[in-house]
Amino acid sequence: MIVPALKQYTPPVLAIVLFLMAWSFGAKQIDTSLGQVPGPAMVLEQARILWQEHVTEREKAKAFYERQPTISYTGKPTYVDQILTSLKTVFMGFVIASLVALPIGIICGLSKTVMRALNPLIQVFKPVSPLAWLPIVTMVVSAVYATNSAWMPKSFLISAITVSLCSLWATLINTALGVASVNTDYINVARVLQLSPLKKTFKVLLPATLPLIFTGLRISLGVGWMVLIASEMLAQNPGLGKFIWDEFQNGSSQSLAKIMVAVFTIGLIGFVLDRIMVELQKRVSYEGYAA
Amino acid sequence: MKDMLLELKDVARGFGEGKGRIDVLRDINLAVKEGESIAIVGFTGSGKTTLIKLMGGLLMPDSGQVLFKGRPVDAPGRERGIVFQNYSLLPWLTVLRNVMLAVDEVYPEWSKQERLEYAKRYIAMVNLQHAVDKRPAELSGGMRQRVSLARTLAMNPEMLLMDEPLSALDAITRASLQREILNIMSGSKTTVLLITNDVDEAILMADRVIPLNPGPNATLGPSFKVNIDRSADRTELNSNPEFIRLRNQVIEYLLDKRSEAGTRNTGKFLLPNLSPVLPQSGFGSTRSKAA
Repeated sequence: MIVPALKQYTPPVLAIVLFLMAWSFGAKQIDTSLGQVPGPAMVLEQARILWQEHVTEREKAKAFYERQPTISYTGKPTYVDQILTSLKTVFMGFVIASLVALPIGIICGLSKTVMRALNPLIQVFKPVSPLAWLPIVTMVVSAVYATNSAWMPKSFLISAITVSLCSLWATLINTALGVASVNTDYINVARVLQLSPLKKTFKVLLPATLPLIFTGLRISLGVGWMVLIASEMLAQNPGLGKFIWDEFQNGSSQSLAKIMVAVFTIGLIGFVLDRIMVELQKRVSYEGYAA
Repeated sequence: MKDMLLELKDVARGFGEGKGRIDVLRDINLAVKEGESIAIVGFTGSGKTTLIKLMGGLLMPDSGQVLFKGRPVDAPGRERGIVFQNYSLLPWLTVLRNVMLAVDEVYPEWSKQERLEYAKRYIAMVNLQHAVDKRPAELSGGMRQRVSLARTLAMNPEMLLMDEPLSALDAITRASLQREILNIMSGSKTTVLLITNDVDEAILMADRVIPLNPGPNATLGPSFKVNIDRSADRTELNSNPEFIRLRNQVIEYLLDKRSEAGTRNTGKFLLPNLSPVLPQSGFGSTRSKAA
């Protein structure tokens, strides 16, 4: 009972302890213009402070609304607000990417001609960095999207679209490949039953491709989350990217520690998002059950 | 001949081009009367599946004609139900949903309740009422083939095409399914065409046994009429003189043809040099010109 558990948990725990020790030791050796590189203890302390600030800010807002129920409170966004903004942005970008990539992917999978037509474009655009897209997206959005409404500011839209542009390729390629390589047995069933093209797509092709599509979506979300931080920095979307940028510009003695809190936050959220996609993927997977 | 349900006239079909071309079937002539049950026996690789795909409309002949009720077959149709060798169930659907896929398509005018009951009746017919909510992966090979049979029978086809339906099963399951299929078929007047590599199975299941000569360029042999009471027990059948005589005749015929084919092809039977086509590498396989 205990021995397998020990075997399972000892190596990662040991690795983490060693990492913390190396970090703690290494950090002391380097002095930057913002002071010493923060060690684990300082980072933890900053995480606590950021949380404390969030709690205080919420209490202030609550007190404000008790006094002024009709006026909206305009405090500065807390770290938690910034995390939520980032999540909203990546989700928006992911939805846009999926809405574009899925239909195009299906069409590419169904028609060799369309696939051949789009393939060069896909191959060329796929490796482009978000930093290259961002100025273009910024100019286009500024030209087209004039109203700067409160619930969807320009910076949010720019970040989300940049995320979509970088993340849609994985979904598109996986969907196209999946639809194109559906088991001929399933297609024969559809043919013998004389299913209409629409029914064939929704009852046979898509369910058969779903595991591959979800693999694509999972990669897309991962890419989107990575790209998001860079685009938030440049587009000044008030999320984690902007938080890092502001702390960097701010240059106080706590800045580096705060940025490291953000690094861990980004890593943990990325990990959780990936696990969610893996769970969803398991739900739709019939593989391993080969018929 | 107007009263023929299915007719094949001088049908030929091959695959590939140039030196890699294999002429699988040639000069296939067959006429199936309504209500008749026919078994085609042949060695592995003699083109049996190609033959059934031609009848089903999943493949088109290179020359000659496939006629169903006097009309050329140009696509698969519900009036010709196909039971595939590898079951071809959709792995993400339960047994009931797999059968419902066919029922929904064939009887769209019925109410949902009627369709469900109808599907369940066919599932009960193949003794799977306890497994309606199971997925194909949870079933044994014999059970999967029963689902496939139920799905095909639920389409109420005028003709049942079975492509080695029992080949992948163990001897005991195979014998009990043969019995079951016979029982089901004795209650209906459906025309049956069974393809098998088992001479005993052919004699047991059909009114007429037709050998398929070994390929390439396989043609149909003479038809052997079966005059055996099928209600007899299978163990008794093994000592039935008529059964033994017929079995020996068919086997002798097939062996003769194979040794003929063997001498004819000595030294010049060339295997095509094929390599697998990977999904992304596009069209065409690399066929060597060395042949």
